[in-house]
Amino acid sequence: MSSSSIEYQKKELPLKIQKIGLGLFIAGLIIVILGYMVNPDRSAYNNIIAFTFLTSIAVGSLFFVAIEFLSGAVWSTPFRRVGEFLSALIIVLPLLFIPLLFNVDKVFHWTHPEPADKILIGKAPYLNVTFFIVRIVVFFLLWLLFYYLITRNSRKQDLSKDSGLTSRNVKISAVFMPVFAITITFTAIDWLMSLEPHWFSTIFGIYYFSGTVLAALAAATIFIILLDKKGFFVKGIHTDSYYSLGALLFAFTNFWAYIAFSQFLLIWYANLPEETFWFLARWDGGWKYASIGLIIIQFLVPYMGLLSQPSKMNPKRLLIMSGVLLFAHYYDLYWLVMPNYEKGSVPFGWIELGFPILIAGLVITVFYYKSKNENLVPIGDPKLKRGIDFRL
Amino acid sequence: MMSEKILYSLNAIFDTPDEISHAAEKIAEKGYKKFDVHTPYPVHGMDDAMRLAPSKLGYVALIFGLSGTLGALLSLWWVSAIDYPIVIGGKPLFSFPAYIPVMFEVTVLSASIATVLAMLFVFFKFPNNSHPLHGTGYMKKVSSDKYGISIQADDPKFNEEEIRKLFESLHASEIDLIFWDNEELNHKNKILEPKFLLFLLAAAVITSGTAYFSLNKLMFMVPFNWMMEQQKQNAQQKSLIFDDGFGMRQPVAGTVARGYMPYEFKGQPDLAGEKLVNPVPISKESLKIGQQKYDTFCSPCHGYHAEGDSRLRGQYPNPPTLHSDKVRKWSDGRIFAVLTDGQNIMPSYSTQLTVDEKWAVINYVRALQRALNAKESDLQ
Ligand code: HEC
Repeated sequence: MSSSSIEYQKKELPLKIQKIGLGLFIAGLIIVILGYMVNPDRSAYNNIIAFTFLTSIAVGSLFFVAIEFLSGAVWSTPFRRVGEFLSALIIVLPLLFIPLLFNVDKVFHWTHPEPADKILIGKAPYLNVTFFIVRIVVFFLLWLLFYYLITRNSRKQDLSKDSGLTSRNVKISAVFMPVFAITITFTAIDWLMSLEPHWFSTIFGIYYFSGTVLAALAAATIFIILLDKKGFFVKGIHTDSYYSLGALLFAFTNFWAYIAFSQFLLIWYANLPEETFWFLARWDGGWKYASIGLIIIQFLVPYMGLLSQPSKMNPKRLLIMSGVLLFAHYYDLYWLVMPNYEKGSVPFGWIELGFPILIAGLVITVFYYKSKNENLVPIGDPKLKRGIDFRL
Repeated sequence: MMSEKILYSLNAIFDTPDEISHAAEKIAEKGYKKFDVHTPYPVHGMDDAMRLAPSKLGYVALIFGLSGTLGALLSLWWVSAIDYPIVIGGKPLFSFPAYIPVMFEVTVLSASIATVLAMLFVFFKFPNNSHPLHGTGYMKKVSSDKYGISIQADDPKFNEEEIRKLFESLHASEIDLIFWDNEELNHKNKILEPKFLLFLLAAAVITSGTAYFSLNKLMFMVPFNWMMEQQKQNAQQKSLIFDDGFGMRQPVAGTVARGYMPYEFKGQPDLAGEKLVNPVPISKESLKIGQQKYDTFCSPCHGYHAEGDSRLRGQYPNPPTLHSDKVRKWSDGRIFAVLTDGQNIMPSYSTQLTVDEKWAVINYVRALQRALNAKESDLQ
């Protein structure tokens, strides 16, 4: 059982990866800056998509790391570091939300309500620029704090092999759970729901959460499969572990559909104008096809693709489905945000491409630096051996 | 008799889960097909070690799940759009979103029930009461703290000597033979014997016959249900008497409900103004009722003070003030005609207000009018 019996030879990612990451980042940055110069409004909306997307991956990954500690899971220990590296993206989140803080009045209608608009005046104690900025800064600091606490203990364990660090992380994770629930809910309300401040949906926080979990899981799965192919993990990843990843992806695909449909069904049934207009805007003109596309890409395709048992064990299939789901989350956020920019038709052009490229570059670069400085396998973790030998 | 026992299998007992996994792997490697492993709890990785093909149970779930989805959809469509079409909540007769929760539940229900039943009765052949391993010492051990493996004698590669050697090389702690229980093997199912079936039939005929005879003939009492079973037309039954087939009839033309007075002046507001007299006296109570009804039904358009200061913000043509000279000079009966018949785009309020309430509202409108044009004497 002792973890010292595991032989781990640290392998470094090829330098090429760093170049690709930096290249994408710079290319994306140039497009984004150009976009902000040409059409600041449209860029600001895209900026929101990008920020919430990166938050999904970064904070969602930390959520999975915390869940592993909290539930005492062993199967995910050999590749837990992937989640830890991805949650390091929390550090770069300000890069995406600070430009927005200078543009709040461009995208958020509640920053300048008409005096006759009693609803917005009533919501002003919550929806005002100062409190808004305070909230995001506090959330960010909380995420950073928990990222720091959890990964520091995990890193220390590589050397000390002290199992007490694991139990300390269990406690930190327990505190992180409610913090995560509250911050993610309010992030969804602040950055996505308040784009249409007259509209409300009590399930909206969970809706964003379901996408968050899917995106984080899909991103981690992609990295795990690619790294495993090149032999970065001790003894490789067994199909039973892939099966568990696939089952989680499948479960959360269903969860997303369940939540999305619950939100739709109640509004459709009650048929109240103050709620339905939000869906009608997404059924107007070209948005109709975008809405149908969302159902296909975020539910039908991954559902069919991951339904059978062998498909969850097949890394190739998993890789494709994770790619689809990661794309679907970006698509989902686009579907939430962009109808506020343009009604009736779906805006798509080069401005929309800047942020995805930038994010891809960011993710690769951050991952590269983390894996350069840290072990990809938590060699001091007492659960590691059992994780490697994990069979269903 | 004893010597003719038929061999069922050769069994070995192991002490640790690692040994049993290893043994299962080796035996599968040697090409044995008809063998099984028994452990007190599920051992991780055993399916792989035994080289079991993936279970077919998933297909059962898939087929029954899909038929649940489809069955629910078809039955909902048939019931609510074809057989008994009723508009609910203003939705179309075939409203797919409303069906999704039901389809989902039925899918889960039929898939899970079918999976459990198929697993028990098709895959496990439950209740397999005469399995030769039942009641053996081997079974006792593997269901408490040992791990056992049993290779069946009808495996094409079965060879007692060879397997014994194999088990020994794998460090089995015990090896023994299991035989079919002759008694159970030759034991025919007594349930299907003709004598027994005949007996069953006779018993059924006799009990049901005596029960019928005693309850319906010997002790029969005419049930007291004359009130219930009348020869009458029930609601929604098809009528054989009337040509149009409706069981429920419209009242005879000209019927007047109790407490209801028909309005004689439809379309003749001026005549109403001349003939109708306000029967409701001006009192604190009637003004109170009038105010409450006015604020509820009239004020959204005419405003709380009847000045036409509507709260509709232009979503409806602005209604006139009720302080105009015209309305002030009108008799109560003339206003009554407006409330009863409606006037141009103002609808009738007969469904919201009773006759007395209408008069009370008119009294209140009068009070409002007087408040705006108070005379010197009113102040005293
Ligand atoms: C849906 C809005 C609406 C409501 C509610 C309503 N009215 Fe009217 N009312 C009107 C409009 C519009 C007219 C003018 C009709 C026309 O064009 O002649 C009118 C006309 C009248 C008139 C005649 C005034 C005139 O100058 O011809 C009287 C009297 C009146 N309403 C009384 C009432 C009372 C009493 C109630 C409450 C029971 C009531 N109304 C409720 C819209 C409304």
